[in-house]
Amino acid sequence: MKVSLTVNGTRYERDIEPRMLLVHFLREELGLTGTNIGCDTSQCGACTVHMDGRSLKSCACLAAQADGRQVTTIEGLAQDGQLHPMQEAFWEKHGLQCGYCTPGMIMAAAALLEQHSSPDQLSEAEIRHGLEGNLCRCTGYQNIVAAVQEAARHMKGGSS
Amino acid sequence: MSTRIFGSGIKRREDPRLITGKALYTDDMVLPRTLHMAVVRSPHAHARIKSIDIRAAKDAPGVMAVFTGQDLDCEPVPCAWLVPDADLKTPDHPALAKKRVRYVGDGVAVVLAESRYQAEDAAELVEVEYKPLDAVVDPEKATQEGAPRLYGGVPNNIAFRWVASSGDEEVEKAFEEADVVVSERIVQQRLLPTAMEPRAAMAQYNDASGEMTVWCTSQNPHIHRHAMGLVLGIPDNKLRVVAEEVGGGFGSKIPVYADEILVAWAARKLGRPVKWTETRSENYQATIHGRDHVEYVDLAAKKDGTMVAIRGKVYAAMGGYLSTAGPGVPTILHGLMYCNVYRFEHARCESIGVFTTTTPTDAYRGAGRPEAIFLVERLVDKLAAELEMDPVELRRKNLIPPFQDGYDVATGLTYDSGNYQAVLDQALEMAGYEDLRQEQEQARQDGRLLGVGVTTYAEICGLGPSQVAGATGFQGGLWESCIVRVSATGKVQVMIGTNPHGQGEETTFAQIVSDELGFPVEDIEVVHGDTDQTPMGWGTYGSRTTPVSGAALALAARKVKDKCKALAAHLLEAAQEDIAYEDGKFFVKGSPEEHKTIQDLALMATVAWDLPEGMDPGLEASQFYDPPNFVYPFGCHLAVVEVDRETGHVELKRYIAVDDCGPQINPVIVAGQVHGGVVQGVGQTLYEGAAYDEQGQLITGSMMDYTVPRADMFPNFELGHTETPSPHHPLGVKGIGETGTIASTVTVYNAVIDALRPLGVEQIEMPMTPPRVWKAIQEAKANNVTRKQS
Repeated sequence: MKVSLTVNGTRYERDIEPRMLLVHFLREELGLTGTNIGCDTSQCGACTVHMDGRSLKSCACLAAQADGRQVTTIEGLAQDGQLHPMQEAFWEKHGLQCGYCTPGMIMAAAALLEQHSSPDQLSEAEIRHGLEGNLCRCTGYQNIVAAVQEAARHMKGGSS
Repeated sequence: MSTRIFGSGIKRREDPRLITGKALYTDDMVLPRTLHMAVVRSPHAHARIKSIDIRAAKDAPGVMAVFTGQDLDCEPVPCAWLVPDADLKTPDHPALAKKRVRYVGDGVAVVLAESRYQAEDAAELVEVEYKPLDAVVDPEKATQEGAPRLYGGVPNNIAFRWVASSGDEEVEKAFEEADVVVSERIVQQRLLPTAMEPRAAMAQYNDASGEMTVWCTSQNPHIHRHAMGLVLGIPDNKLRVVAEEVGGGFGSKIPVYADEILVAWAARKLGRPVKWTETRSENYQATIHGRDHVEYVDLAAKKDGTMVAIRGKVYAAMGGYLSTAGPGVPTILHGLMYCNVYRFEHARCESIGVFTTTTPTDAYRGAGRPEAIFLVERLVDKLAAELEMDPVELRRKNLIPPFQDGYDVATGLTYDSGNYQAVLDQALEMAGYEDLRQEQEQARQDGRLLGVGVTTYAEICGLGPSQVAGATGFQGGLWESCIVRVSATGKVQVMIGTNPHGQGEETTFAQIVSDELGFPVEDIEVVHGDTDQTPMGWGTYGSRTTPVSGAALALAARKVKDKCKALAAHLLEAAQEDIAYEDGKFFVKGSPEEHKTIQDLALMATVAWDLPEGMDPGLEASQFYDPPNFVYPFGCHLAVVEVDRETGHVELKRYIAVDDCGPQINPVIVAGQVHGGVVQGVGQTLYEGAAYDEQGQLITGSMMDYTVPRADMFPNFELGHTETPSPHHPLGVKGIGETGTIASTVTVYNAVIDALRPLGVEQIEMPMTPPRVWKAIQEAKANNVTRKQS
């Protein structure tokens, strides 16, 4: 079947198997391998992307369901050569080790803050709760939480 | 003098590619004409293979080939830790089972197809007829008469029986003469390592040149090259293994796996690149598991609390086959740490490795040492309760006094350096221990269940002296080597044989070189994970990368510096002994204004226009390093928990970790290692547990069923540290990768038991989930009622 979607600002048309998952479409059809796969039950969140501005586990969505939608992956998060504040904060606060969960974690965290009118008011507990759909095995989460708090200070007012 | 780069928490140099999605993990690699492999795995824990019908699979769309165990012509999957004096049995482990399967997930066939979807579809069409046999999943029960046997030549499923003893008679006598003996049966449940990146492999064979390249998820590409070369009959100078970006390992990417061998074997057989990536469910079945011990442990003490002897009998599950380092884990890495930080006079460990119809076990973060520290600290708390002593005072009474250069413990090890009092004092101060105990008293009066757990620990890491490796049956050395190469423009490449995969050595090793030679860290690239680009090394595990590889690097950098001094002396027309070095500048003592920078010297050494007589051109040093001893980091961890008596839920309220890994190269990275290690350790106490049913089915076969700790389960941890250098390491540093896991499991366990002490609860099976804690509370209440009535 034919699908047409916009990924990181570029429009793509492909003829695909109807059962193809969005994450496989991104990785294999478009070669956007920054979105990682860490499980097969939609638990780990490594494949989190944004679809029409909301975070989404791209393993839990068919490519067909993304037809006509706007998708942003980790490769499209930085704008004009400038890292997104969430990327900066993960680097600054040592919010990653092996890096495998990181693209999904950054996408989920960025969307979490975007959804709040005053992200810097989010409590530590709210951030921890907001990230429970993303698993990290290396960091123990402490520096991820610190990174999200740091990014929140730069994203006041709900826009970056 | 500028701020010293060694010890500075600079931002990591590996991060830009990781935070932008530009990193290339194994599954991200693409080669033209690649075939995708799917593995047909046994659904039975134990069965005979009666027949395999591959016809339908072969005819499926896109399928290029289907192979079974009968087709394979390579050597079996090797075990590389052949523990001596233990009657070790090493039955063959074929890459695909031929006649019999021994765990759910054991591979029986592979399908090679044009796409992954096609390969997986066709794998479902392979029809295997099995005759199921009885399963046995408990390592203790597996040794009993009448238990199902996995191998004809292995009576009672006993793979080995290993004893480390300070003297059997003396140990016996100590227990006979003791005023107090405390004992416990401990179950160290099975854990799933769960590196976030599943395993993957891709291979390409060039039949014209005979060269094979294997990209795979490996913590130790040189070991992979060595072992795969032997298994496949490929000379290792024609075999290149690449594992540049690895998404976590925790031990699970040490072993050389059947799947990796199959990928390379099929690539050679079919003349096309072959790629395979496991699903998470496959990972849970076919990637090694950790722990899985049943232990009987005792501690002998005097009335005044002096601890005299400790012993344990351990049944350690090996799974259906011996994994690469499997036998080393419950033996060398476990039984030698029974003294922990205490002045025990006698110690004995008997470790029985047992085949069970389960996924093979191997090193998982801490590997043998968390189990050892758990049992020691568990018994110490039990003794404190028995003697009605404060558990902190009991520990303090028995601590080894501070030492700077060597302390012999009863197990035969010589710890390098330690100051156990200092970490204990700091942790107690940070926690406000006295106040905590008062708060606990008040809470108890209010009917709340508050508990405190304190652990003092030491661990053995920085594996290790190669002589010890040989003496303990490890089929390799444990030294490291590195090359420091400086270009004409003063840019540095550091090639190391270890393979960091999250630990941050691209940064900390650049800091070492920068500290020694004065190059800015931005000018230093650390190259790892490619056997064609890096010198031989034994890999990243056992908290050995900085202790061993880092030592090699420091010495190599010092060789470069010596050459620079000689060259500077020549150019400045002075004697070499008159040359001073500071911040990347070489000058005649007393005349720093007239100097040669390290960059000047790199250029001159490389163009070689004006070198002293006899000096070779180039600025490069190679260094092999075999450590004279292990390193022994140590610390004190303290946990505060509150148990909800209505639901059994355990809340971790505070966690304090004071660790000593010697001088810290990058304290931010050290803290990150501790955070992650603690969460993994506490995961074992409260959340994680791989479970098999009686038929050997893995009932925690996906992330739906196995609880990987989440962000909302933890508070922020409070970290402290002391600094006791290792006397034998050129930089004084010790390892920090595993301390969190080693110390934290028992710390939280003891805190929970402490919380429940008023109810009389003494033991709860791990993980201490709410239903189990609730049940323990109800049983204790019932017992208390019965006791009152009788």
